[in-house]
Amino acid sequence: MASLMALTALGAREPAVVEIGPLRITERTDLALASVAARRGRMADLAAAAQTAGVPLPEAARHQAGTSYSAFWTAPEMWFVEAPFGSHEMIADLLKTTLGDAASVTEQTDAWVAFDLAAADPAPLLERLCNVDFRAVPKGYATRTVVEHLGVYLVKLDQGTVRLYGPRSSAESLLHALEGAAASAW
Amino acid sequence: MIIHHPILGPRDAQEFVYLGDASLIERPDGMTAGVEVFHEYLYQRTNPAGEHRELWYHEQGDRSWLVVTRNTVTHEITRVELARDVARSKGRSK
Amino acid sequence: MSQSHRIEGGQIDRTKTLRFTFDGVPYQGHPGDTLASALLANGVRLMGRSFKYHRPRGPISSGSEEPNALVELRSGGRQEPNTRATVAELYDGLTANSQNRWPSLRFDAMGINDKLSTFFAAGFYYKTFMWPKSFWEKLYEPIIRRAAGLGSVTREEDPDAYDKGFLHCDLLVIGAGPTGLMAALTAGRAGKRLILADEDFRMGGRLNVETFAVGQALGADWAAGVVAELTSLPNVRLMTRTTVIGAFDHGIYGAVERVSDHLLAPAQGKPRQVLWRIYAGKAILAAGATERPVAFENNDRPGIMLAGALRAYATRWGVKVGERVAVFTNNDDGIRTAIDLQAKGVDVVAVIDSREGGALLPGIRHLQGAEVIDTSGKLGLKSVTIRQANGRSETIAVDALGVSGGWNPNVNIHSHHRSRPVYDDAIAAFVPGQDGPPGLSVAGAAAGAFSTHAALKTGRDAAIAALDLTGAAPDLPEAEDAPTRVTPLWFVHHGKGRAWIDQQNDVTVKDVKLAHQENFTSVEHLKRYTTLGMATDQGKTGNVIGLAVMAELTGRSIPDTGTTIYRPPYTPVALGTLAGRSRGKEFKPFRLTPSHHWAKEQGAIFVEVGNWLRTQWVPKTGETEWRQSVDREVLATRKSVGICDVTTLGKIDIQGTDAGAFLDRVYANTFSSLAVGKCRYGLMLREDGIVFDDGTTARMGENEYVMTTTTANAVTVFRHLEFCRQCLWPDMDVQLISTTEAWAQFSVAGPNARNLLEKVVDQDISDAAFPYMGAGNVTVCGGLRARLFRISFSGELAYEIAVPTRYGDALLREMLSKGAEYDPIVYGTEALGVMRIEKGHVAGGELNGQSTALNMGLGKMVSKKKDSIGMVLSQREGMVQENGYRLVGVKPVDPQGKLTAGSHFLEKGAAAVAANDGGWLTSKVYSPHLGCDIALGYLKGGDRKIGQRMRIVNLLGNLDTEVEIISPHMFDPEGERLRG
Repeated sequence: MASLMALTALGAREPAVVEIGPLRITERTDLALASVAARRGRMADLAAAAQTAGVPLPEAARHQAGTSYSAFWTAPEMWFVEAPFGSHEMIADLLKTTLGDAASVTEQTDAWVAFDLAAADPAPLLERLCNVDFRAVPKGYATRTVVEHLGVYLVKLDQGTVRLYGPRSSAESLLHALEGAAASAW
Repeated sequence: MIIHHPILGPRDAQEFVYLGDASLIERPDGMTAGVEVFHEYLYQRTNPAGEHRELWYHEQGDRSWLVVTRNTVTHEITRVELARDVARSKGRSK
Repeated sequence: MSQSHRIEGGQIDRTKTLRFTFDGVPYQGHPGDTLASALLANGVRLMGRSFKYHRPRGPISSGSEEPNALVELRSGGRQEPNTRATVAELYDGLTANSQNRWPSLRFDAMGINDKLSTFFAAGFYYKTFMWPKSFWEKLYEPIIRRAAGLGSVTREEDPDAYDKGFLHCDLLVIGAGPTGLMAALTAGRAGKRLILADEDFRMGGRLNVETFAVGQALGADWAAGVVAELTSLPNVRLMTRTTVIGAFDHGIYGAVERVSDHLLAPAQGKPRQVLWRIYAGKAILAAGATERPVAFENNDRPGIMLAGALRAYATRWGVKVGERVAVFTNNDDGIRTAIDLQAKGVDVVAVIDSREGGALLPGIRHLQGAEVIDTSGKLGLKSVTIRQANGRSETIAVDALGVSGGWNPNVNIHSHHRSRPVYDDAIAAFVPGQDGPPGLSVAGAAAGAFSTHAALKTGRDAAIAALDLTGAAPDLPEAEDAPTRVTPLWFVHHGKGRAWIDQQNDVTVKDVKLAHQENFTSVEHLKRYTTLGMATDQGKTGNVIGLAVMAELTGRSIPDTGTTIYRPPYTPVALGTLAGRSRGKEFKPFRLTPSHHWAKEQGAIFVEVGNWLRTQWVPKTGETEWRQSVDREVLATRKSVGICDVTTLGKIDIQGTDAGAFLDRVYANTFSSLAVGKCRYGLMLREDGIVFDDGTTARMGENEYVMTTTTANAVTVFRHLEFCRQCLWPDMDVQLISTTEAWAQFSVAGPNARNLLEKVVDQDISDAAFPYMGAGNVTVCGGLRARLFRISFSGELAYEIAVPTRYGDALLREMLSKGAEYDPIVYGTEALGVMRIEKGHVAGGELNGQSTALNMGLGKMVSKKKDSIGMVLSQREGMVQENGYRLVGVKPVDPQGKLTAGSHFLEKGAAAVAANDGGWLTSKVYSPHLGCDIALGYLKGGDRKIGQRMRIVNLLGNLDTEVEIISPHMFDPEGERLRG
């Protein structure tokens, strides 16, 4: 592989881990991401190919975990598919090969910064950041929302874990917002 | 305001961008219609005090364009449809 | 004289003492005190000066309706003006200062206004300061603002943070008095998600100031018990110190939580206040009622208070406002004040009851059919003069007077959607009308149900109705159910002195009479003419009296006179709270480019482009002036090679079998014919024919394109494409996704661009293998996926190379080190601008939302062989005039001549007037190649004026420069360099 050294979205060699009170923020640089959109009228073909390939295509506003691929819904007939970066850096090529011409696939890995937020109850944090009713939505809920002017994807992995995908170029601002809200919440 | 998205349920209007009258869907064909017809399409509005069908874009959401039927006096929203479905129902295709 | 007016009892913690200062004088109070209760406990009643007449004033209330006792709290960056002492919670170390007085509160020089009051009647400003108009801004307004101000604003930055947040519930209960508590108990026990919000720091509402029982307990203890039960329920969120400020559309309520206002300073990391956006399925307004005074002469002296406030200070805070107290009332609740005060050991010397008949109070001098007609006492009440039923007047020495004119339901939030309150004769007050905010019901005193029993019952019923509860509801505890007995009395007809209606705005009965005399008789006109009901208290105590006086003057009934309605916010909200975290450097999030860290190491200067921070130039040692750096970057690029981070340009991935056809519709020119592996400049119009955006779009595969947008329009272009895809051509097979941030993209430009890139690109990129306008996937540095586009904005041999963003920093460093032999430099947006203007490429200044393709000299790009957005309307008569604006280049005849963007074209000898205007300069730079200023501009008929001489005039900049009109392609017009 290439000789170039990667930088994280925060401009470091190693992903950030920040602890504030009961909250642990972990930057995830080990996730590969690609968008998968059904070509017009090809949803059935895409669903079949995805099933064979083990790519989950969950219903609206949901995240579904799989063996090597997980995915969450982003738009009608469109998903973001996640996989381990180490084995799937070429996620777009891999998915294109698997899903064929039933889908439009676009690499999204470096368009986003991913933060996993872990706390016994993240609700006091999230209610200061976005309008998601975190306590009420089920595990596996996935939505786009706004955090301090930034459009982000929020996935409720479980009652105490949230994954946020924010625009990579604003990673510092997003982390700053998370830190400020956490200090305020706890 | 709250817009009841046909797929995602109630969502805050802050997530949306407003465009205007839903008649913007009914764009004339540029190869057959002339300036007059396009002028009507682009500029002429009824601007009702009451029920109004209008286009909203779920920019901070699933990027769906919606046709929202809203009372401009009370802000009551009585119907929300996917604009794509509305467009097809008006015979639009490719 | 420590707490000379403190008496037994009250909900204060006497085991702890809090020290505070007012106007620099130290005092003591206790936890549970407000600033007003603590000052009153210390015998301080004078707390402010009135707005217009600078009359000495003390508090008239014990709550948020307070019009008078406005103070400046805290100091330095935390100084906050116009804070009501009646709701400012006392803490140890609090500092407060009176306002609107000079040099001191006791002696205020502006008190002269009081003597000149005849000149300051309603409409005074409108009449006096009309002419000459030019005097208004320079003279009148500054003087008026200084003389008639309220508090002053600190010039220091507020050190505290303000949060915003979002809450969700099935039921929001606004107000935690008996009504709200009973509603909350009903909903809470039913397991509903509930928010109970109250502006006070202690829940219970009026139960905290009353002496009667609810069930087996004292009202305040019953309230505490309910609060304890609600606290234990996981589905209930209790929010004290939280004011619901407004009802917005579709069940959204705004609320301000004062998290730290009761502390010396916020705890580390904690906000001062939080602005909550509450999404409530249903809401119950249980905001209670506000007592109103009666207007009589000199009714504004410190020591004259609402009767219920006198009682509240005695019961809740253990404070007697005066040693000898009288009560003036037109209703039974005023009687209750007299009884409660007497039970507390306060000397109640008289009850002046405007009503006649009925039983006399035992053990108190109860004067029926009597009215207060005047008072005395300069800085505090000394006596009241009354007129008895038999017409005899009598002066009674008192130092406190409680006044009750009845109670007004707090309908405010119910009228936030323009519902007009309606007048209810039975309680002589306005109650909520029809068409309030959907989902909001009103209960208890806010709905005109004044007894405690009625409050409890309507609270419970409202919760049951709002939530469709079917299970067992909580039992109603026993409580007083006294009828409301009030005989309206709005103002005392006596004498010629001033009787205040709205103490905050110094509106008197006379002012209303004047408004009537001058025919401002509608309530809306009355409000604007007299300022009745404006400012921080929104007329909570005075409004109804004012319109009742107007009703009497016009001979109309109060319902016929009507009332103004209330708008959000319910109480004043600090601007910092509305701003939240969005201020200063955090006004908006920053977007950083992949080369940001490298550039920062180099000491680069950054410029904000939208939210992006882009490198503007990169100074080298010894460069002291920006032009030195920019000129060097331009010259070095054109001489050898320069690199520029262009990641900020919008990138949209467009796929699908109809992708080409789709691009033909959204671009004015054709893309379906573009070969795979090539790119093309695209011009995008709005439907009205004006240019929307431009950029290059590459065909990466049969059904796959990558579109580039300008940095500024990345979001709006994407939105527009989605509109076209979903609303106009819903069956096209097209999929869109933004990839702006996924790729770090660098422009590599200059004669050595290819030589440099060959050091990092793994494939053959010779001119034959990768010709001008080529595009494709390559690898760099031994296999890393990359995209290469041979496009040029600078006019040089140039490429744009993109790698996944995480490798962008490393690629830049690799190019600089591997290509060191070519002396590569990194250039910023300034050099980028110089080179694009030298080449005549349009950018922000030209893409100004007013210009057509024809204006830009790109008219031929609009294909008429296909339908595209904007094609038809771009052909409108007015937009294709021969003498319309055309893009031209401009250079001064004298190379030393100066140009500035925004200057106008004039013919030589023409006067600098609009009629002679020939157009304007859109962009200007200094060209180090041409050795002079150059500019682009829109000139009427400019395409036919190439070679002519004109003038560039800027009257603001005192500029008048003779120029030559030249082709916009000022550098290498044949394009030999970029094809090299």
